[in-house]
Amino acid sequence: MDVIQAIELEQQKDNAVNFRIGDTVKIFFKIVEGQTERIQVFEGLVIAMKNGGIRKTVTVRKMSYGVGVERVFPVHSPRIDHVEVVRRGRVRRAKLYYIRDRVGKSAKVRELIKKKSAAVSNK
Amino acid sequence: MLGLIGKKVGMTQVFDERGILTPVTVIQIESNIVVAERTVEKNGYSACVLGAVDAKKNRVTKPYAGQFGEVCEPKKHLIEMKEFDKEVSIGDVLGVDVFKDIAFVDVEGTSKGKGFQGAMKRHGFSGGRATHGSKFHRGLGGTSMAATPSRVFKGTKMPGRMGDARTTVQNLRVVKVDEDKKVLMVKGAVPGPRQSVVIVKKAKKK
Repeated sequence: MDVIQAIELEQQKDNAVNFRIGDTVKIFFKIVEGQTERIQVFEGLVIAMKNGGIRKTVTVRKMSYGVGVERVFPVHSPRIDHVEVVRRGRVRRAKLYYIRDRVGKSAKVRELIKKKSAAVSNK
Repeated sequence: MLGLIGKKVGMTQVFDERGILTPVTVIQIESNIVVAERTVEKNGYSACVLGAVDAKKNRVTKPYAGQFGEVCEPKKHLIEMKEFDKEVSIGDVLGVDVFKDIAFVDVEGTSKGKGFQGAMKRHGFSGGRATHGSKFHRGLGGTSMAATPSRVFKGTKMPGRMGDARTTVQNLRVVKVDEDKKVLMVKGAVPGPRQSVVIVKKAKKK
């Protein structure tokens, strides 16, 4: 195998991405302060994913005291403890940059509700 | 001076144990063999001749192959390292593990050729204004003085061939030494295209 591929594969996490664009997620991010390590939670809407193997990143947006805050996380970083999906979103786009210009109700993403028949056929 | 012949594989990134991302260049170091030794008594200086990568037999001339004698098959690349730090004898095989306890290295390679370039790209000149009636855009400006000296000094920075020259990057931190894959990872960029031959040396200034 290609040497670079092998090096990147070593660091890749399996099942690192258990969410999709439009989902609201909680990212548990480890923060190292000198000797101690603690976990900080960043909760927000997944508005973009950029692929690139080990360089894959996810952009999460939240409103903090009326100010929009976006954070880009490298998906395969060992500092990401785990990701929890809070709410599934129904979106028709791969990049939700339009959310940045919206205020109030129009800045919301509809919740994804799976149809019963589809759920049955999946089983 | 400690140094080995390697091959630039390419760049990637690694997370360290604290989760900090480091951009690295991967350098593959296949086994280097000590082909000959230069001694003060015989040659006037002490050095170690290293060879790496087998050469195709029909591509080597007899005089070139003669240097290797009984030691090994003819190698593609040969370098002389003056005052080799390690105690070695002819026929010894050196690998990546040489760099295990070394924190910083210098990497020497041939930079990518850029062809004939102007003074702005080649020497970082500022050039002139693009708009507002300016008639001086990417030129180099004055090259010398007036009646005295009435000539252009040698070595004046002008347009010309850029790149494809021997270049050394100093003090690159060794991020990882992987003996299984025979690779060395150093922080930052290294001159030359992928698959090019580089010489990795112990840092001179650290």
